[in-house]
Amino acid sequence: MTSGARADAQKWQEATIESLSSFSASIKRVLLRPSVWPRFLPGQHIDLRLTAPDGYHARRSYSVTSAPETEGTFELAIERLPGGEVSAYFHEVAEVGDSIEISGPFAEHFVWRSEQPAAVLLIGGGSGVAPLLSMVRHRAFVANASPMTLLYSARTWDDVIARDELMADESLQQRLRVVFCLTRDNARRAVDYSRRIDSEVLRATLATLSPELTFVCGNNGFVGTIADALVELGADAATIRTERYGG
Amino acid sequence: MVTRGFTGRRPTADSASRIPPGQHEEHGFPVLSAGPTPRVATSDWTFSLRVGPKPVKSWSWDEFNALPMTTMTRDIHCVTTWSKLDTQWEGVLVDDIFAAASLTPPTEFVLAHTVEGYSTNLPLADLTGGKAMVALRYDGAPIEADHGGPARLLVPHLYFWKSAKWVNGLQFTTRDEAGFWELRGYHMRGDPWREQRFTND
Repeated sequence: MTSGARADAQKWQEATIESLSSFSASIKRVLLRPSVWPRFLPGQHIDLRLTAPDGYHARRSYSVTSAPETEGTFELAIERLPGGEVSAYFHEVAEVGDSIEISGPFAEHFVWRSEQPAAVLLIGGGSGVAPLLSMVRHRAFVANASPMTLLYSARTWDDVIARDELMADESLQQRLRVVFCLTRDNARRAVDYSRRIDSEVLRATLATLSPELTFVCGNNGFVGTIADALVELGADAATIRTERYGG
Repeated sequence: MVTRGFTGRRPTADSASRIPPGQHEEHGFPVLSAGPTPRVATSDWTFSLRVGPKPVKSWSWDEFNALPMTTMTRDIHCVTTWSKLDTQWEGVLVDDIFAAASLTPPTEFVLAHTVEGYSTNLPLADLTGGKAMVALRYDGAPIEADHGGPARLLVPHLYFWKSAKWVNGLQFTTRDEAGFWELRGYHMRGDPWREQRFTND
């Protein structure tokens, strides 16, 4: 990114909530249309700012789930967090047509630069799939894409966001594999697992893909466990990029 | 711009004056890092001081633990918008590290290095005068690996990415050279009270 793009990114601008629906019981799908469209890279986040009448404001980062090619709107997956200040606003108060302030895109580490050919492993837990979803969607626009596998852990089949789309992507995109690991539900497909992502799941995955780059996103415990297991299985720590949220 | 229907959750009066703009109070201790957590055995750990490429002094874990220890209770502020109040640390002040090396700082800029090859840049003035330490203990116990143990830099008045985890050395540089995150869109100094989060903030 050029320094000029950064200068624009950090400014706040108004965005309109264009659509508000449910990805799952606990995750809202929010479509935001900014006044000025900034380009972004798959994996980047934008910051949202909510301001109360007395000037108090809350700021949070959300990964963009849409592909950069879907210009004009940012899609976000906002999970309802216990005691959440901003997530509660989106789950209880926000309506289509409301305006909020956004800035960004930000971050240049947890980013997939598809112009560099490399086999990519994506591992997401719960709403941590958000930035990975952008990468999978972006891949549909990339010519001669290298192999990519998405390992996606969710509680149940109905907690898998963009599930039908991901399954369709798998048949539309060459050399894309999508594996769902359901921690509280039965696997529905032969390739899926009805358990959490553990060393065995990772070992089986690494038998089919030799990732040159791995992105892991989810809550802290999830990311810590998986990053450690990958290193133990012989992955080069320098090829693993992590993004964690929560305590 | 006021957000319709947003009232927000104010910090308590006591903490309000201690939470910088755009931050919220966090009672847990979130973990953030660019990659897997390195496991560093104290028997393998060394801490070194360099001036440019030139090594000046290095300590083993036991030698470093023999330096004067200081405790600090400070509020910390992560650029991802959480702040945690009254965190307790124990370690060696950067002033005491320089004194133990009989080193008069030769330049105005420092790069902190870490075991997994990351770095972050700091003006010397943000490290000296009792403002910063290499912390070895958090909340009365050795720092957990996820939080940067066995040793992390603590520069509590700047955003917390400057408090590099798994720190193993300080290097004087002639210019303010961008470190890992600073090359990736984050601010060169990172003052939370001025919201210096990203490059051009």
